[in-house]
Amino acid sequence: MTFSADLGLAYPELILAIGALVLLVAGAFAPKAARLVGWGGVLLLAAAAFQAATGPFGRGFSGGIIADDASAFAQVAIFVASAIAIPLGQPWFERRGVHNFEFPVLIVLAALGMGMMVAAGDLISLYVGVELHSLALYVLAAMHRDNAKASEAGLKYFVLGALSSGLLLYGASLVYGFAGSTLFIDIAAAVHNGAHTGVLFGLVFLMCGLAFKVSAAPFHMWTPDVYEGAPTPVVAFFAAAPKLAAMVLFARLLAQGFGGAIVQWQQVLVVLGLMSVGVGAFAGLAQQNLKRLWAYSSIANVGYAIIGLSAGTAEGVQSMLIFMILYMIDVTGFFACLAALSRQGKSMESFEDMAGLFKEQPGIALAMTAFSLSALGLPPFSGFWGKYFVFKAAVGAGLPVAAVLGLVGSVVAAVYYLRLLKVMWLDAAEGKTDAPPIEARAIGVGLALFSFPLVLAALIWIYPAAGRAAHAFGLS
Amino acid sequence: MPILSLITYAPIVGVAAILALRLFGKADDPRAIEASKWIALFTTLATLALSVLLVARFSPGDKGFQFVEEMPWFAGLNYRMGVDGISVLFVLLTAFLMPICIAASWKSIEKRVLEYMIAFLILESLVIGVFCALDIVLFYIFFEFSLVPMFLIIGIWGGARRVYAAFKFFLYTLLGSVLMLAAILAMIGISHTSSIPELMAYHFSPTVQTWLWLAFFASFAVKMPMWPVHTWLPDAHVEAPTAGSVILAGILLKLGGYGFMRFSLPMFPQASHQFTPLVFALSVIAIVYTSLVAFRQVDIKKLIAYSSVAHMGFVTMGIFAGNIVGEQGALFQMLSHGVISGALFLCVGVVYDRMHTREIAFYGGLVTRMPWYAATFMLFTMGNVGLPGTSGFVGEILTMAGTYGVSTWTVIVAATGVIFSAVYALSLYRRVVFGTMTNAKLADITDLDWREVAIFAPLIAATLVLGVQPGLIMNLTQASVDHLVSAYQAAIGG
Repeated sequence: MTFSADLGLAYPELILAIGALVLLVAGAFAPKAARLVGWGGVLLLAAAAFQAATGPFGRGFSGGIIADDASAFAQVAIFVASAIAIPLGQPWFERRGVHNFEFPVLIVLAALGMGMMVAAGDLISLYVGVELHSLALYVLAAMHRDNAKASEAGLKYFVLGALSSGLLLYGASLVYGFAGSTLFIDIAAAVHNGAHTGVLFGLVFLMCGLAFKVSAAPFHMWTPDVYEGAPTPVVAFFAAAPKLAAMVLFARLLAQGFGGAIVQWQQVLVVLGLMSVGVGAFAGLAQQNLKRLWAYSSIANVGYAIIGLSAGTAEGVQSMLIFMILYMIDVTGFFACLAALSRQGKSMESFEDMAGLFKEQPGIALAMTAFSLSALGLPPFSGFWGKYFVFKAAVGAGLPVAAVLGLVGSVVAAVYYLRLLKVMWLDAAEGKTDAPPIEARAIGVGLALFSFPLVLAALIWIYPAAGRAAHAFGLS
Repeated sequence: MPILSLITYAPIVGVAAILALRLFGKADDPRAIEASKWIALFTTLATLALSVLLVARFSPGDKGFQFVEEMPWFAGLNYRMGVDGISVLFVLLTAFLMPICIAASWKSIEKRVLEYMIAFLILESLVIGVFCALDIVLFYIFFEFSLVPMFLIIGIWGGARRVYAAFKFFLYTLLGSVLMLAAILAMIGISHTSSIPELMAYHFSPTVQTWLWLAFFASFAVKMPMWPVHTWLPDAHVEAPTAGSVILAGILLKLGGYGFMRFSLPMFPQASHQFTPLVFALSVIAIVYTSLVAFRQVDIKKLIAYSSVAHMGFVTMGIFAGNIVGEQGALFQMLSHGVISGALFLCVGVVYDRMHTREIAFYGGLVTRMPWYAATFMLFTMGNVGLPGTSGFVGEILTMAGTYGVSTWTVIVAATGVIFSAVYALSLYRRVVFGTMTNAKLADITDLDWREVAIFAPLIAATLVLGVQPGLIMNLTQASVDHLVSAYQAAIGG
């Protein structure tokens, strides 16, 4: 392949990389134009998404970057989710007196890292992508500098993230040492007829590192603290797109690199998935803070996605992709609603704060009801369809016990979603809420409309698209 | 004309209208509240008119599904609707009870009236959808989502322990239905179809059937409810507002029986046959045990709730008898119980609206002040007991007759339930209506007003007409029941 053809495959990433640098310079010289930088970021992300959707497919840079249906599918979703984060977050920070242009630039850089993750074809680009997006996220978590909790969240995220990167690197070096290559296709050839113990050792470390990134139990400890401390619109961002990126990377690594070791990684995934569902469901019961609650909910939901992946079939990967897309919409919408709510300038984050919300803000309360029911997995909301496909794949792959346990976990989790419903609908209101900012409300309500009823039409398109993406991984 | 979709979504039109009132007007505007009631009443009456039209155009001799609508969806699923003789009956029952519920809530609901009407209309749409769905996933969607409006109806407009009751109701049912979901996924995976008619024709291997049957049983037994998973029902009934109880007893419980007839029997015949003794045992325990429990209740509504469990015991017994008489009896018992227990809850509502208590000891001697009420209550008590001439008699006698040839002992024990039901129902009636009026607070209690008379009139008519002319219903269901039974008997080699 020629160098220009290689570059052609990386156009989405190049657009973002060069664009982010331009925005950084522009912001540094014209600090008053922060809003303009924000819109510039949205534009860049839209252009990159368009390029990803229409661009050429193939393997570039000696196999280091792969552009296929899977990377295109994930990149479009990631870039769109990142583009939504900018108008949601920037005004929020401005209302709290944080005027900066770095926010959109960091979002674009994080999106670049995630774009690389889903297109990674070897362990090097895998690591570079993971680090690039993580570093941007650490800063984003601590963006609200004057807030002690936000700083704590950023630090905690950084330290534990660094630990997971260490695990990832250690695993990568083991795999390289025993398989003799960093390229996924070469690794696949090495493990084709049974994997060497050293490679498996490395694989387990790699999986642990990625489990950290998607916050699957037992590597979930950082999630509740970071979600609670970080600024709400930032949580809306990093609860969604980075999870998808890491899950797609997970799928690609396992399918394209370790397809021969499916028996080994399948059991690890089932355990990870079920533990996450269990931890998310039971620990969520004790939470009072809604951001912490949704951190546990996200742990449980990642567990479902991992159960889908553990099927080890194209259907399983497809179900995981659908699940993550639908979950991203739910979680972004929920945190957008939380970002929209305040009482006398104070954020509303606990159960008690939500009392009587339906009387005060019927639109937002309805949207949050939709997100809760969706996360609960109640049909016909989007979350149900995610679970439907995941468990269908699991049952089809001969894992009915995992499916039943996962479903029972969703009943346990139902208790806390219902509790939120109860507080919003049944309890008496305590004082007036402030008028919600227009952008957060529009995003929250718009995504709720997707969760139901738009999802019923959207799946007609998402289902085959995810199917094509899943087949790109070469599973049967 | 896609009449089934029309009936299913007709209530949603009313929802949209009321939602517009709520979002663009003030919540406590008395004109909006008045308007919402009329919109709800009109919508439910229009739905009733459409379902009567449906029944009129239904051809009873046809054993298959009629008015089938089909539209491809995604992932191999279809939007598929259709009714046979069994489901058309329940569509009619739902459409019949809904306007009555709206009318019964006219004065007793004072807070958040708009939301209340919306919840009821959504519930109607969902329940009709359950009965019309011919795709198993579509069925599950309607079945499961009907929990939410009922959760809110109990939780917002219920009594003192409403939150506890609403959670208990929701979680019990959810746990049952996720197991059913797992079974549905397995069925689709094995047979590669989600169409209910195709699944009915598909032969699952006996071991698979056993597991699938158990998963479906978990869901429908909770819904029915069967002993020992019935404990959510008394709580839900006691806390729910009157109209909520009517819907719960009248329609939502029937989803369980409908599920047994639509899924368990035709799709897993061998497993159904194998588990028949279990179902008979649980049914008999339900009949005898809950009848005795009902006798000891001090709350009128709780007493009627337990009596519902007992009556549902006859239904499960009849269904699993697996012959024409049993099935017809079970269907008729469900229909009749829908009317009679609904009416009994309305009777409780009448005195509760006036005195705000449901304690049996509080009342006594009502006949002197409320003669019309006493007569109405008497009729429905007799219906509940199963007096010949009322619809309650037909269902009980047929289910027992159908089961007699299959398991004589079951019927002998179940028949004692008929006596027990007379004991608790008549003693309730005696304590509330007869005797001397000792409670001074009851001195100026008023008799039924014109609105209440209008509510009871169709229920009285239904009870008596069905009691003396059950053929009206049997003709409708005959072909479908014949088909169900012959397929079942052929599958189990009987």
